[in-house]
Amino acid sequence: MTKKTLGSRPEIEVRGLHKSFGDNQVLRGIDLEIGQGEVVCVIGPSGSGKSTLLRCVNLLEEPTKGQVFVGGTELTDPDVDIDAVRRRIGMVFQQFNLFPHLTVTENLSLPQRRVLGRDKATAAKVAAENLERVGLSEKATAYPSSLSGGQQQRVAIARALAMGPEVMLFDEPTSALDPELVGDVLAVMRMLANEGMTMMVVTHEMTFAREVADRVVFMDGGVIVEDGIPDQVIGNPQHERTRHFLSRLLDPAMAEVEEETSDQVGKGD
Amino acid sequence: MTDTTGADVELQPKKKGLTRRQKRSLSRGIQYVVFVAAVIAFAVAADWDRLQNQFAQKAIAEQMFPEVITLALKNTVLYTVSGFAVGLVLGMVIALMRLSSVGPYRWLAGVYIEIFRGLPALLIFIFIGVAVPLAFPGTEIPGGTYGKVALALGLVAAAYMAETIRAGIQAVPKGQMEAARSLGFSPARAMISIIIPQAFRIILPPLTNELVLLFKDSSLVLFLGVTLEERELSKFGRDLASQTANSTPILVAGLCYLLVTIPLGFVVRRMEAKAQEAVK
Repeated sequence: MTKKTLGSRPEIEVRGLHKSFGDNQVLRGIDLEIGQGEVVCVIGPSGSGKSTLLRCVNLLEEPTKGQVFVGGTELTDPDVDIDAVRRRIGMVFQQFNLFPHLTVTENLSLPQRRVLGRDKATAAKVAAENLERVGLSEKATAYPSSLSGGQQQRVAIARALAMGPEVMLFDEPTSALDPELVGDVLAVMRMLANEGMTMMVVTHEMTFAREVADRVVFMDGGVIVEDGIPDQVIGNPQHERTRHFLSRLLDPAMAEVEEETSDQVGKGD
Repeated sequence: MTDTTGADVELQPKKKGLTRRQKRSLSRGIQYVVFVAAVIAFAVAADWDRLQNQFAQKAIAEQMFPEVITLALKNTVLYTVSGFAVGLVLGMVIALMRLSSVGPYRWLAGVYIEIFRGLPALLIFIFIGVAVPLAFPGTEIPGGTYGKVALALGLVAAAYMAETIRAGIQAVPKGQMEAARSLGFSPARAMISIIIPQAFRIILPPLTNELVLLFKDSSLVLFLGVTLEERELSKFGRDLASQTANSTPILVAGLCYLLVTIPLGFVVRRMEAKAQEAVK
């Protein structure tokens, strides 16, 4: 792991990113920098390309054009060891994606052993530490199917943390959860943010974005429309599209029936 | 009853003919009558004395033991298990070839599956027994008859198992591979550590069914020509049947097959029920 010597170098850097699925242009030129320790929430309507952008940051989606750098390494370089770079990037999915055939502890320790080559005892120790961080030590021997959605998502966060990542990506981490389970997951994310983790979070949780994020990025139609501090983007949006999105989100009952605008056809995935 | 019918008629006009309930009991009644009639007809028509004489001679049956178990059943199990092992390994390779991003691999795997699924197992046995020694003079398939059976059964089983394994791998949600890759697993390692263990859980019932099919197909070994020591259930039963001019050995051999296949079928149903439960 290369410790950065250049303090000015952003942890995540996206340059001129384009992504198309067939004829469908989902991302149309994204430029974004996220500094070390910064928490950036990406918001926007469904189909705006925000999840695709996140997935391009660890190359789960191959960009059509443009560059992605994480910790100074260019991921879009065809000769880069992508598995090695991904070890430094933790990812949390909407659907948790825990390994159902393994216990909670095994979910955390197997990747450490197979990918990082840690021995059994070390992997178990790191697994236990990270389960404690997310408050689920008592579920160590349980299987994922016996956990609630909120617990599964916290295990998924712990699994990513056990690899010792420098950056964490969250893809709508609370969207699949029952409302009463959202709080526990957000609390863990808040803790991570306070510890100084660099985080990029695609979310619909405006309260979280407002309170925890250093910056909020609003995307629509495959481009970044607005980028700034939460109070500015959420509290005092400059663009009509942002205002429109926020008013719908904050008060869905007030939304009016209207024609689909043709530049929003891009579907996330 | 009679008091209310008048009111019912006015509220709900009666349809012509039978009610739904009457139709249902009539239909069930007919089915029972047909069943009982068929059983009686069979029992009366069959010549039970001759049947017993030909198929259920206690003395002949007793004469088969213990070899029918210690030799014939043992060999049947041995042929089946070795064929299954070869089929599983080969089937896994073909399944992975079928899912490969390399075109020729996919194509080759597809051709293999079509050929070996389309040919009768009998032809494969004859091919292994006759054609291979002719084509490659001097080559000896290791393991003698056991090796030949394992190869012939394995070649057939691999075609079916490859399709089953491929379906199992594809049934594992896409998110599992994505999660593994995002943790830094290489594609091969993710396949081995994460995807294949889950796929096997899914395909355990169909694989066990394949084992039952192989168990029966192992009888085809008699087309390879076997020594006395290599005889399995069918050959053993047939030999004894011709020796004694009586079919009792065939019946005993058949019962020995069922001794294994029925419990296996029970296990498969249990596994399927458990899998259903897990999905819910």
